[in-house]
Amino acid sequence: MLHTFVALVEDKPGVLTRVASLFRRLNINIVSLTVGRSEKPGTSRMTIVAEASPTAGHRIMASLYKLENVLQVDDIGLHSSVSRELALIKVAATPKTRSHIFELAEVFRARIVDLAPESLMIEITGVESKIEGLLQVLNESEDCILEVSRTGRMVMRRGEHTSRVLDAMRVPEPESETGADAAVRAVIEEPSKLPQ
Amino acid sequence: MSQKKDPAILSNATRLTGAEILWATLEGEGVREVFGYPGGAILPAYDALRKFPIRHILVRHEQGAVHMADGYARASGKVGVAIATSGPGATNMVTGIANAMLDSIPVLCITGQVSSKVLGSDAFQEVDITGITLPVTKHNYLVTRAEDIAPVLREAMLIARSGRPGPVLVDITKDAQQATADFDFAAAAPQPHRPHPMLRAESEEVLKAAALIRNAKRPVILSGHGVIRSGAREQVIALAERMQIPVASTLLGLGGFPASHPLSLGMMGMHGEAWVNQAIQQADLLIACGMRFDDRVTGSLATFAVNAKKIHIEIDPAEINKNVRIDVALIGDLAEVLEAVLPHLSGRKSSAWVREVNAMKGECAVRDIQKLPDTGHLYAAHVMYDLWNATEGKAIVATDVGQHQMWEAQYYKHEEPRTLITSGGLGTMGFALPAGIGAKVAQPDKEVWIIAGDGGFQMTAAELSTIAQENLDVNIAVVNNGYLGMVRQWQEFFYDKNYESSPILSPDYVKLAEAHGIPGATVRTRAEVLPAVKAARERKGPFLINFLVEKEDSVYPMIPAGSALHEMIRRPNHNPLVETAQDA
Repeated sequence: MLHTFVALVEDKPGVLTRVASLFRRLNINIVSLTVGRSEKPGTSRMTIVAEASPTAGHRIMASLYKLENVLQVDDIGLHSSVSRELALIKVAATPKTRSHIFELAEVFRARIVDLAPESLMIEITGVESKIEGLLQVLNESEDCILEVSRTGRMVMRRGEHTSRVLDAMRVPEPESETGADAAVRAVIEEPSKLPQ
Repeated sequence: MSQKKDPAILSNATRLTGAEILWATLEGEGVREVFGYPGGAILPAYDALRKFPIRHILVRHEQGAVHMADGYARASGKVGVAIATSGPGATNMVTGIANAMLDSIPVLCITGQVSSKVLGSDAFQEVDITGITLPVTKHNYLVTRAEDIAPVLREAMLIARSGRPGPVLVDITKDAQQATADFDFAAAAPQPHRPHPMLRAESEEVLKAAALIRNAKRPVILSGHGVIRSGAREQVIALAERMQIPVASTLLGLGGFPASHPLSLGMMGMHGEAWVNQAIQQADLLIACGMRFDDRVTGSLATFAVNAKKIHIEIDPAEINKNVRIDVALIGDLAEVLEAVLPHLSGRKSSAWVREVNAMKGECAVRDIQKLPDTGHLYAAHVMYDLWNATEGKAIVATDVGQHQMWEAQYYKHEEPRTLITSGGLGTMGFALPAGIGAKVAQPDKEVWIIAGDGGFQMTAAELSTIAQENLDVNIAVVNNGYLGMVRQWQEFFYDKNYESSPILSPDYVKLAEAHGIPGATVRTRAEVLPAVKAARERKGPFLINFLVEKEDSVYPMIPAGSALHEMIRRPNHNPLVETAQDA
């Protein structure tokens, strides 16, 4: 099954190698890995998606914690969370064939970010299934996909955060989920009226 | 040594070179001995060494330096320090580092590196040693600035010895050693050790474990290396005695629980005695204390102690449920966890289970090979047994890897922790000689025996010269059967006696020792064993005994890799070391 881990790590040279090397050593394939600066100076947040047996989560988490540069690990599969991915898709398109791609982009709430005589570039953000849905539709409508670049999954827990780093900084925990929070959540929920 | 002043630089900030900071930091950390080999990229450090009260033992190969630091750490409980130059000096350390990693030994390896200006340019003797050692170190560092040396070394020492210990490598560029920086030992103190966030031994779990122990009819304690590393000997003894639980040891756990204790079963696993593995297979509760269910211990996992509940007390959360499904996991320092469990156990006077296990032992438990007729054959088991008798089980014994290692584990009964120095996880041939040197440096007043086979001894035999140069009072026993014995045994059992590349020629070891100015003796018969051991023990300084033992003897019992613990190959009857019917 797919496991998703979010790790807060020190922003130092070689840390990415240490994390990646751990998965290599355990003979586990990394499906996607995103890294970027986090809310705390000097730390990066990684989202790691890996294919491993259902029972492997505990050991991966425990092993990640054994890396000296890893500050905090969360096994996101265990919690309610928001997941997003960004993709850039370059599609072959002539002035004659552009218009239906514009329509598709509209339906998927994607944006056209570049237009060239023989191609155009689509930017799409959402859960993986939405991006895969667009790719599938493009393929089925016999549009020629020239290039695809995907960031991989970025994940953040909903509501309550558990960052021990923040605890250490004495940033107060947000209050537990209230009715208002749930209402907000409903508003930001990914629209589920996507074409199949 | 007299020229080495005791620098007061530890107490107040001083301007020093990186090389001086290196030694001053080690000195401040309490390091008094290091094992190393100089070379271009580490020469600034060697140049500064004379100013510090640190003894440097010159090795003959950098692998030896790490094994020595490893043996030093095992014998003393302190962090062992090894030092080498860049490139080949660093890569030669890799086997030693991996060995320390697999056995969780606190070792600090310091390597020189080419100047930071030429890093990555394939400069002379440049190698990416932090990259190479990444999977076999607990952590490693590349240091390019003099001001980073003290904090990094202090943090490295802390990481090496804290939690589940392990090797840490610090790679220091030549320009960092040459540059100057302010040195302030106190200010370079690392952040306190951050315990693994998944340590968990909540009272609820402790109560569950205690209930399992109270209700168990056939419990067995599996005593591992963690007993020694955690210093949990008293707690394990208390648990065993209070609840009348027999104790089986892993190879690295030997000495953790006294071998002469009535509840001690001996070593478990592939070459464990029959009653030990039978007891584990028949148990209804296993209490695993600081051990990791290695494949050499469990045999086939599908058939391992199927009727037993398992309590796993372990400091590394990544070991929980790795190989064996656990019922109650108590993740933390073994001594502390046992302290929490013990108050919930009121005690039990006698146990039918212990009587049953003792019956399984039968005569074998007191197998007295001393009384066997001398058939003119010399068996390695004789050597181990006689050595144990002569030294009253009190020596520090460093063993290599293979048949002699298993015979030692079976016949030399270790009473005290840190008296068996052996390569368990990695199974590194060539370990015994350098590790024994390290142990002797750590414990100069203790008797040290180095036992190696003729194969493993030849892998690191150059360290004889180190022994001679340092005039170390170690005794060396080469168990010489003309074969890579364990390989030959596997070929006998599993490859139709196709002894491909396992016969090995040896030099005359006594002459080899003599060439180093080390006296020695060759022993061919049982009668010669004790006199030779006596000669070795009486001599101040090193001594080598070449034991010419039975060529095609095998270690019994043996559980073939991947078989169940109770499916063992027994000693054939024609062998003079006959076992009793109960053991067969």
